[in-house]
Amino acid sequence: MTVNKKIALLVLAVFMLGIVAGCGGQKAGEQTADTIKVGLNVELSGLAATYGTDARDGALLALEEINAAGGVLGKKLQPVVRDCKSTADEAMSVSAGLVDEGVVAQIGPLTSGDVAGSTRVMLDNKIPLIAPAATAVSVTVDEKTGKLKDYIFRACFIDPFQGTLMAEFAATELQAKTAAIYKDSSTDYAKGLAEYFKKTFKAKGGTIVTEEGFVKDDREFRAALTKIRSKNPDFIYVPGYYQEAAPLIKQARELGITVPMGGGDGWVSADMVKVAGKDNLNNTFLTSDFSAEDKDPKVAGFVKAFEAKYKKAPNSFNALGYEAMSLLAQAIKDAGEASPEKIKMALENIKDFEGVTGKMSIDKNHNPVKAGIILEYKDGAQVMRTKVQP
Amino acid sequence: MSLSLPFTKAHKEVAILIEFTQQLINGLSLGAIYALIALGYTMVYGIIMLINFAHGDIMMVGAYVGFFSISVLGNNIVVAMVFAMVTCAALGVVIEKIAYRPLRNSTRIAALITAIGVSLFLEYITIFLLGPNQRVYPAQAFTVTNYHIAGLSISNKDVFVIACAVVIMIILQYIIKRTKTGKAMRAVSLDKDAALLMGVSVDRTISITFAIGSSLAAAAGVMIGVYYNTVNPLMGIIPGLKAFVAAVLGGIGIIPGAMVGGLLMGILETMVSGYGSSLYRDAFAFGVLILILLIKPTGLFGKNTGEKV
Repeated sequence: MTVNKKIALLVLAVFMLGIVAGCGGQKAGEQTADTIKVGLNVELSGLAATYGTDARDGALLALEEINAAGGVLGKKLQPVVRDCKSTADEAMSVSAGLVDEGVVAQIGPLTSGDVAGSTRVMLDNKIPLIAPAATAVSVTVDEKTGKLKDYIFRACFIDPFQGTLMAEFAATELQAKTAAIYKDSSTDYAKGLAEYFKKTFKAKGGTIVTEEGFVKDDREFRAALTKIRSKNPDFIYVPGYYQEAAPLIKQARELGITVPMGGGDGWVSADMVKVAGKDNLNNTFLTSDFSAEDKDPKVAGFVKAFEAKYKKAPNSFNALGYEAMSLLAQAIKDAGEASPEKIKMALENIKDFEGVTGKMSIDKNHNPVKAGIILEYKDGAQVMRTKVQP
Repeated sequence: MSLSLPFTKAHKEVAILIEFTQQLINGLSLGAIYALIALGYTMVYGIIMLINFAHGDIMMVGAYVGFFSISVLGNNIVVAMVFAMVTCAALGVVIEKIAYRPLRNSTRIAALITAIGVSLFLEYITIFLLGPNQRVYPAQAFTVTNYHIAGLSISNKDVFVIACAVVIMIILQYIIKRTKTGKAMRAVSLDKDAALLMGVSVDRTISITFAIGSSLAAAAGVMIGVYYNTVNPLMGIIPGLKAFVAAVLGGIGIIPGAMVGGLLMGILETMVSGYGSSLYRDAFAFGVLILILLIKPTGLFGKNTGEKV
């Protein structure tokens, strides 16, 4: 897309938003007397449409509940929902439009790439952005300079944090003293998980007996598994994606390795059971943000309200959308006034916030530190095993 | 929470021996798969001196044909394999007619680049038609039984793959050495023009070569599908490359060489993962290729014919 075209599109978008909202004359940041405008810049079409739609549903439910309870600071929250069409370019134009409409903060987009598209606009205009589910480290921190992107926050944990959760679970709940790591050495995702697992497991007094690797599209794992078998570990950590993890688990069980094995959200796929077989998957665990089976009263309440409104059980994107909106409402309340700068400061100081995805605090890199869920495969179905609070 | 190995420290040596034997079994069954693909590679090269880089992708097509034949038509594994072999034989002949025949008298590099083009074409047309996602081979295709004997584990699919590779090698060797078609192949391989003068139909012989080579790839494809129970459009790339290394290791163009090269390659890779580090496995595999090309370019079974390439 040429620059001219982009500008034209931007102008058009702003113009159209102006007509739709009927408040073209309003200045940025200004609010009407009794409402606070909140922007939702989400993927409603394109590749990530299901993520965006799910998060929007969750966020709007939270907003409804907040307004029903009297709103925030005596004012109602007013949602401004826009589709970024799953592209970074469009996410940027939508953000520019939302800024002109005078939103105090933006929720979304969902994917790390689309958030990156929107980031510049938010930083330039000093308006906070809460990404519900963008997991790349670079979303909140510039990886080259290490500089914090001060107005960008997220509601999900970063990928590598899953390694910490699994190590915590293996060491305390499973009482594992020794562990082997067999990781996908061709993705940053898996390497990050492995690194955090190792760090936490060692800190808990455990020993890593061996560290092996495979690469994307490998289907043959028996050589390294035979080696792992000879080291007799209590637990095997397999960070990677399901395409490789499924045959790997199958081959491990065929070699007579019966110890528990664990992985991250890369394992989530219907193919997992089809390829590995449900018996082989018993005694394997994976980390997740959210489980609708969680018996925590806060979660149970959310699941009930969600089912009543949308006639289906919530997934983790629904929950994270809900979380992002609740987090924002809390920050506005803490800030005492609906100004973007005060909200940003309040978000930075969030501590022990009781959310549906766990009790959370925001750390210095704007990432939440919160509980995670350990799911267990039981006869081919994922069931919640426990909640881990680091 | 201990492993199923029934050995304690007193039996440490036995345990080491068992681990080694297990690795050998792992290596042999992996090697048999490489050997199966390498056989087709080496045969085509032996006859027309073309490294058919599309071979791995024909294997992928074979795996897909087998997949649909089992899951949609409900065939059993043997029928599916025959079906895949026939389809791919036809595909191989068509590819040769369209892509390679017009280039038969041009440089070898032109044919090689065309082969890479055919390879990419097959990969991306499959992605276009069937989508990039993997598909899961139906479990009823092959009932896997695992035997655990004295700490060793071996399954009937390992035995099946190794047996298939050996049988196919023997059949191939028979066709080339004992039949009239084989004689024609050897004649074409030796001197195309002289063969033509002697009344050998060169075009037909090359077509037959491609048909046989491609059907071997299809057989390997179905077997890989059964063995690792998934298929995807890019599944042919890495096994294809490894099989190529195996063929060079054994001496490209020599049938028993492909067999030995494949098995050796499988065992080497397994031992590197098992006793070195799995992180360096592929570096080692391709390092072997470089070493062979430096020390004995004709491969283990190759004779030095003094041919200038």
